[in-house]
Amino acid sequence: MIVSITARTTGTDAPVEQRFGRAPCFVFVDTETGKSESVENPLIDAAGGVGPRAVQMLAEHGATILITGQVGGNAAKALEAGGIRAYAYRGSGTVADALAEYAAGNLKPL
Amino acid sequence: MKIAIASGKGGTGKSTVAANLACTLARSRDVVLVDCDVEEPNLHLFFPAGAVDVPVTTPVPVIDPTRCTFCGECGRFCNFGALSVLKDRVLVFPDLCHSCGGCVLVCPQGAVREVRRTVGRVACSRPLPRLTLVSGVLNEGEVQAPAVIRVAKMLGEGHPLTLYDASPGIACPVIETLEGSDACVLVTESTPFGLHDLRLAVEVVERLGIPAGVVINRSDGEDAAISGFCRDHGLPVLMTIPFSREIAAVQNRGGLIASLLSGWEERFAGLYEGIVQIAGVSP
Repeated sequence: MIVSITARTTGTDAPVEQRFGRAPCFVFVDTETGKSESVENPLIDAAGGVGPRAVQMLAEHGATILITGQVGGNAAKALEAGGIRAYAYRGSGTVADALAEYAAGNLKPL
Repeated sequence: MKIAIASGKGGTGKSTVAANLACTLARSRDVVLVDCDVEEPNLHLFFPAGAVDVPVTTPVPVIDPTRCTFCGECGRFCNFGALSVLKDRVLVFPDLCHSCGGCVLVCPQGAVREVRRTVGRVACSRPLPRLTLVSGVLNEGEVQAPAVIRVAKMLGEGHPLTLYDASPGIACPVIETLEGSDACVLVTESTPFGLHDLRLAVEVVERLGIPAGVVINRSDGEDAAISGFCRDHGLPVLMTIPFSREIAAVQNRGGLIASLLSGWEERFAGLYEGIVQIAGVSP
């Protein structure tokens, strides 16, 4: 299973970013192998419609879980249609911290 | 001749100037007044009359699921997020679409075609014997103001004298309105905000090469900063409307000072003379 976490920079030590579509980075973690891949978000400065475009990026990376602060209406629609479940992490920890919280079942669905 | 009325800052009195100028001119000739402030049209408040509505539609994509291979090309191409390509389906967000047609062109399977979608309407009326009012109305939540403005302007074509009332600001809707205008009246007010946004609007008209003049509205008599700026940019101050309770009271009732307060019809006729001069075309 691939989990995508929005982050301020690359790597699992990066602080979690609360915004979804305009997050500087997406960190994809494969929970079976523990391997992670960081992708810089080309949409940070885009004019609009970043939500659905970010969801397509998640889908292309095979993510089925998203951990972020919050998502907008269009993004939520696309996530639902794409079968990607979104969870809220509102803490100030790292990507690894958020992932641990998710694994422990402490995160609420968005 | 096509005259645009713009401002930069909102609430400076564009519509006041446009409505009074139109009403003055319609006493002696045929005038078309086009409300291009399609997100908040208000000229109909000065000129109530029964209107005929023309719908405005724009093309948006639909995906043929029998041809689509979910390759993602259309979604990656769209700058506005109107298409989201997922594993087994493509989501279309029509309200985000800017109708560029790019998705149709990039699809390698020919799986994208376009259908028309209504984003607004244009209301046409004849409130005075020699005045035609064409009001663009963008539906709430829609983004394609320029599409509605284009249709409104098109329906105002073919007449010798047309006034365009622009929206505030200097973004796409204003550019769309100014396009093809022979002259532009920039309405400002004697406040630091009025001057700040006038600067921006002047940059736009200079870039578009449209001759412009300035109307100072709600003047408190201390307009040195604005008149200095106008002098430096070679912009004539065509008219000054004082900050007056009497004018505000007429305006708030939806009245026109050109027909209700003495002396103003002549002043608006004078404004038109000034515009004709800066436009350098025969009226």
